[in-house]
Amino acid sequence: MKKYIKYIAVLALGFVACEPEFDTPIDEDNFYTSGEADFSNYVSIGNSLTAGFADGTLYITGQDNSYPNIMATQFALAGGGSFTQPLMNDNVGGLLLGGAQLPGFNPRFVLATDENGNPGPAIINQSSTTEVSNILSGPFNNVGVPGARSFDLLFSGYGNIGGLTSTPVSANPYFVRFASSPDATVIGDAVAQNPSFFSLWIGNNDILGYATSGGSGVDQTGNFDPSTYSTSDITDPNVFENAYSQMVNALVADGTNGVLVNIPDVTSIPFFTTVPTQSIPLDAPTAAFLNDNFALYNNVVLPTLVSFGIITAEEAASRTIQFSEGVNFPTLTDDDLTDVSAILQAPPVSLDAATANLLGQLRQANSSDILTLTSAGILGTVVNNDPTLINGVSVPLGDQFVLTAAEQARVTTAQTAYNTTIQALASANGLAFADARGALQQVANGGVTFNGGTVTSTFVTGGGFSLDGVHPTPRGYALTANVLLDAINAQYGSNIPGVDIGNFATVTISND
Amino acid sequence: MKKVVSVFVLMLVCAVTYAGGYRVSLQGNRSLAMGHTGVAVVNNAELAFFNPAGLIHLENKINLSAGGFGVFADVSYQNAEFGQSAQTDSGVGTPVYLYASYKLSDSFALGLAVYTPYGSSVEYPTDWAGSHLVNNIELESVYIQPLFSWEIVKDRFSIGGGPILAIGSVNFNRNLSRNLTDLDGNRSNVTLDASGILEFGWSAGALLNLDNQDKWKLGFNYRSLIDVEVESGDGEATFANVPNSPLAPVPNGNFDFTASLPLPAEWTVGLSYRPNEKWLFAFDYNYAEWSAYESLDIDFLNTDGSIALESNNPRNYKNASTYRFGAEYSLSKKIDLRAGYYFDESPVQSGFFAPETPRNDSNGFTGGFTYYVNSKLSIDASFLYLRFDEVDASYDFFTETNGQTAPFEGTYKSSAIVAGLGLSYKL
Repeated sequence: MKKYIKYIAVLALGFVACEPEFDTPIDEDNFYTSGEADFSNYVSIGNSLTAGFADGTLYITGQDNSYPNIMATQFALAGGGSFTQPLMNDNVGGLLLGGAQLPGFNPRFVLATDENGNPGPAIINQSSTTEVSNILSGPFNNVGVPGARSFDLLFSGYGNIGGLTSTPVSANPYFVRFASSPDATVIGDAVAQNPSFFSLWIGNNDILGYATSGGSGVDQTGNFDPSTYSTSDITDPNVFENAYSQMVNALVADGTNGVLVNIPDVTSIPFFTTVPTQSIPLDAPTAAFLNDNFALYNNVVLPTLVSFGIITAEEAASRTIQFSEGVNFPTLTDDDLTDVSAILQAPPVSLDAATANLLGQLRQANSSDILTLTSAGILGTVVNNDPTLINGVSVPLGDQFVLTAAEQARVTTAQTAYNTTIQALASANGLAFADARGALQQVANGGVTFNGGTVTSTFVTGGGFSLDGVHPTPRGYALTANVLLDAINAQYGSNIPGVDIGNFATVTISND
Repeated sequence: MKKVVSVFVLMLVCAVTYAGGYRVSLQGNRSLAMGHTGVAVVNNAELAFFNPAGLIHLENKINLSAGGFGVFADVSYQNAEFGQSAQTDSGVGTPVYLYASYKLSDSFALGLAVYTPYGSSVEYPTDWAGSHLVNNIELESVYIQPLFSWEIVKDRFSIGGGPILAIGSVNFNRNLSRNLTDLDGNRSNVTLDASGILEFGWSAGALLNLDNQDKWKLGFNYRSLIDVEVESGDGEATFANVPNSPLAPVPNGNFDFTASLPLPAEWTVGLSYRPNEKWLFAFDYNYAEWSAYESLDIDFLNTDGSIALESNNPRNYKNASTYRFGAEYSLSKKIDLRAGYYFDESPVQSGFFAPETPRNDSNGFTGGFTYYVNSKLSIDASFLYLRFDEVDASYDFFTETNGQTAPFEGTYKSSAIVAGLGLSYKL
């Protein structure tokens, strides 16, 4: 028997001997190093972007391709540990509460074809199966909560299921699914995991809700009480700074290393770049007919309002409606204009209420206005089957479809303030700083080339953005992961490799 | 003897590798032990493969030789830029051979050869970094060949040859692209399966004694090109995990397909020298006409015969040479010892390094022995250690669905050790 054992040992040696060995194997110790960082317990904190949200919802393959999960895969090459996520129940997305679809949390978009074979985004024809009241037992390394604004991460009760049905709604169903307790905070659940490394990307929703609603919310700058904010408001920069610095302080308390990520421009995402502002095609007779209809408004009403000092000559000029043969700017309602609907019903103009309300904050769009992706389904459509009522022409686009120059300026002002805060806190705490804003500008302006193509922000075909026009595709998230990894390597002297973004999928095609 | 057997078992564990491309140069244990030389060596029935012209020179009326090899060839891949690595998990390949000759007269013999000159078995981890090129491939060919051997000029010159019936089979799986999946994230892939493809070819050789003392011999052998043509109805292609969409390149399910794979022609010229009873030296030069392998083109067919999807995979192989050296030493009446070396030039050109046949140039070191059990029966054993250099290589001709090419790059390292065992019998 002894003899055989000897042979078995020799045999085992034989097995080892025929493994092809590289001179410098990358999967052995010290090829990739973590530098000063320690990736053994990475925790990611943020909103939908961190969660891996795409196509209007959260679903498993999207979570698999979240940038934190991609980063964790690369961290594993240099001491990174396992990375857990509060996975959804399906690849359909959408949420159920008590078995019923939670309003506003619908199944995902897919790229489907119509009966003529033309592709376009469509809601998948399958049912959601993720029940919010099925509380998952964590903790989870990925504490990205879709929809969260900066201050939401500090709000105790954000994961309380009772808050989903209160008025106003005070909880977030995504956090309800995996909060450690009903009164837990997102940041508390993150810190409780004693992360060895963290990423924090928050603040997008502090401006994005305002922007995607066409600025129909309120710029809350000056209002320091976030409990009074709606989800379509702009967060006061001081409120942001206060919340953000509290979170950073909590995360770095034990000297933990991490990366902070800034807020990209809303104008880098296809939700705001897909629908051209000049979007109303007219032939010469129709344009002439419309101009005749607006002649009284242009030549009498507006000068009268100026002469009474109600609006300035400048505002009158901006409110003038003028169509011509070709592609025209649509008409819209701009809540930053003087509301003249009441005045127009009084003498001397004495218009009927309907017309007065129509003209109350009416103007024609100009090249500085941005139309939302959602306006695509509205523009040029007929209202109430009345061929004279055409959206964007005789019926002005609602405020929610247009981000005006004034509204863009409010978004930019807040964003700039947030980003100043983020970069200053990264610098003050010796944290890595990832310039997601710069990276996304590059995607939007010409694109980023990779092995086998170029990723751009063009809707559907650009490869970078999913079908909600706001959130990235797996390829977009892979690019994001590379941006963060670069920043981490630069700050901590690590050499974690990026990923080949060509291996990551773009939009999902499916007729299911 | 026991010790010898255990060494042999060890060799089996660490199995074999191949020659350039998908040529598997393992056609006899005595020959392999001498660097796979043999075109000018008159030794046993292995001549049926190496040079049928020599069969008539075998001393006995009936000569048999049969054997097999244990092969594990492994390949490691890594890409430092992206932190990707993979290693093949290829099971033991077992090429076999069977040769026989029967002397009808002093100048004419008949023979039979069954051997497996081409094949490849590579299995990468499913969905590895290069899975859009190959997940796994199993390529097999069996050649069956009746032979004649005729001594035209007594003690000087003989010729031999015969037709080849080739039986080919292939099983090949790869993903459709670098990232296409179904709704649940399962990679869309295709499996090609075809077996029992019959094709014909031939081989012929000549052997010249250069002197009267039987010291110097010059041999020549040619084996023809055999194109394995998979025609409609021969095989089946199965697409799986393709998303349900007319925008996908092809739907899920089974398709007929056509494809063609050349088993290239090979020329061999060689010299042997027997200075005395103890020693024998041999040199072979192989020239394989790999340029026949230009592209692996697969057409997937609809039921009406129209093309559902085309897959064009340029290979652009070049003709390649192999230089082989071998020596035999008769230790005793019971034991012959052998050793050899060869340099095998890869037919793969720069930029065409596809992971399904990841072969760069290699150096083969061989050894072996024959143990004569009695005057009729002998046991032949051999081993081969094939050394590959680590190579940075790429396949530059994968075309993405957007029409852009996406090179697949990385560092490859292959390893190969082969061990074989056979029997020779003469009557």
